[in-house]
Amino acid sequence: MSNATGTPLLRARGLRKEYGEGEGLVRAVDEVDLDVAAGETVAIMGPSGCGKSTLLHLLGGLDRPSGGEVSLNGRRIDDIGEKALARMRRTAVGFVFQSFHLMEELTAVENVELSALLAGRSPRAARRRAEELLERVGLAGRARFLPSALSGGQRQRVAVARALSNEPLVVLADEPTGNLDSAATMDVLRLFEGLHRAGQTLVIVTHDARIAATADRLISMRDGAFVDETRLTGGTADRLGALAGLED
Amino acid sequence: MQQEVVLAMLAKEPSHGYQLRARLRDALGPLGEAMNAGQIYVTLTRLEKAGLLAVERSADGADRSDRKVYALTPDGRERVAEWIADVSWPKPGLAEFHLKLIAAASARLADPLTLLDAQRRELLRRLRDAQRAAMAEPEHSDAALLLEGVVLRLQADLHWLEACEKNWTHRRSGS
Repeated sequence: MSNATGTPLLRARGLRKEYGEGEGLVRAVDEVDLDVAAGETVAIMGPSGCGKSTLLHLLGGLDRPSGGEVSLNGRRIDDIGEKALARMRRTAVGFVFQSFHLMEELTAVENVELSALLAGRSPRAARRRAEELLERVGLAGRARFLPSALSGGQRQRVAVARALSNEPLVVLADEPTGNLDSAATMDVLRLFEGLHRAGQTLVIVTHDARIAATADRLISMRDGAFVDETRLTGGTADRLGALAGLED
Repeated sequence: MQQEVVLAMLAKEPSHGYQLRARLRDALGPLGEAMNAGQIYVTLTRLEKAGLLAVERSADGADRSDRKVYALTPDGRERVAEWIADVSWPKPGLAEFHLKLIAAASARLADPLTLLDAQRRELLRRLRDAQRAAMAEPEHSDAALLLEGVVLRLQADLHWLEACEKNWTHRRSGS
């Protein structure tokens, strides 16, 4: 899994995660190598249980590998101490989850500013940044709403704003459209396209073909390992008419 | 362009060829860009010969097809009404791919799972292009709605490829 230019922003080598032992040993992630270039969007697709969420957790330092290495921006993160790892997660990585993981008792803007406050920003700076981000995801008018007053698509957009609050090197998204209907999926797709155009590095694990199709590069995963990789650099736009039933 | 479509786009009012083309372009958005203007005039001429439309008047008496105003004849109106009520639907063409997998496996011409991977890559590329085109159109526009249809169909096809993959993986491990 190589890429063309320079040092990859995110790099994994021989990455493994095993559960259980002996007969019951499960290799959730089995010798994965991955390079993600700065500004690249990579989607990892596979059926549920293929290990893609576990892989994402290893890449973002939410979980420790059984073996292998993970580097972010040239720094190993698999073998650093708990404090350094927590700091790295807060400042260098943004997470987006299928079920949003918002704090239900906090408003949208409070949810977004929380991670900036935890990273040591002043309350004023954190609030300003949070308001900017909510505007960027099209929710400026919903800043004082509780998550329970927002639709699924709006909640996910708040979660994306939160993920961006510390200007992370990489955003890691786990089934970001998994709980959304078609229209809300479209909103999240637009948002991810916007992030991509702004140069944000993104890794998305999903079994939703629609969000996967926004990526530059698509990796298929089965039984903990990568089995196929493809670049999705289009070139079919001139054939869309035929797909809609228009003769050419 | 299908004859009935051209006829139906004229049903609103007698129109010049360029007005007809503009109507189609608005309705189709980026999908209409590949539309061949010459082809539309060929279709108009055929429809005229078949008595389904008539040339109402020509400005300056010129015979250039650009100057003609096309209008439906009573037969043309009837054809449009039939077409509107018709419930036939384009063939999705699944049987061909299904038989390709079966033939490839039984004659050992290719690994069905490899064929499935290649097909999925192709459909995902199309999905990417269709989605990008959809996102570039104004929400609730005619063109966006058509592109949403293309996206949803591609999704359905990709779901079917998933089902194929499960089935063929199962057959392989079973044999």
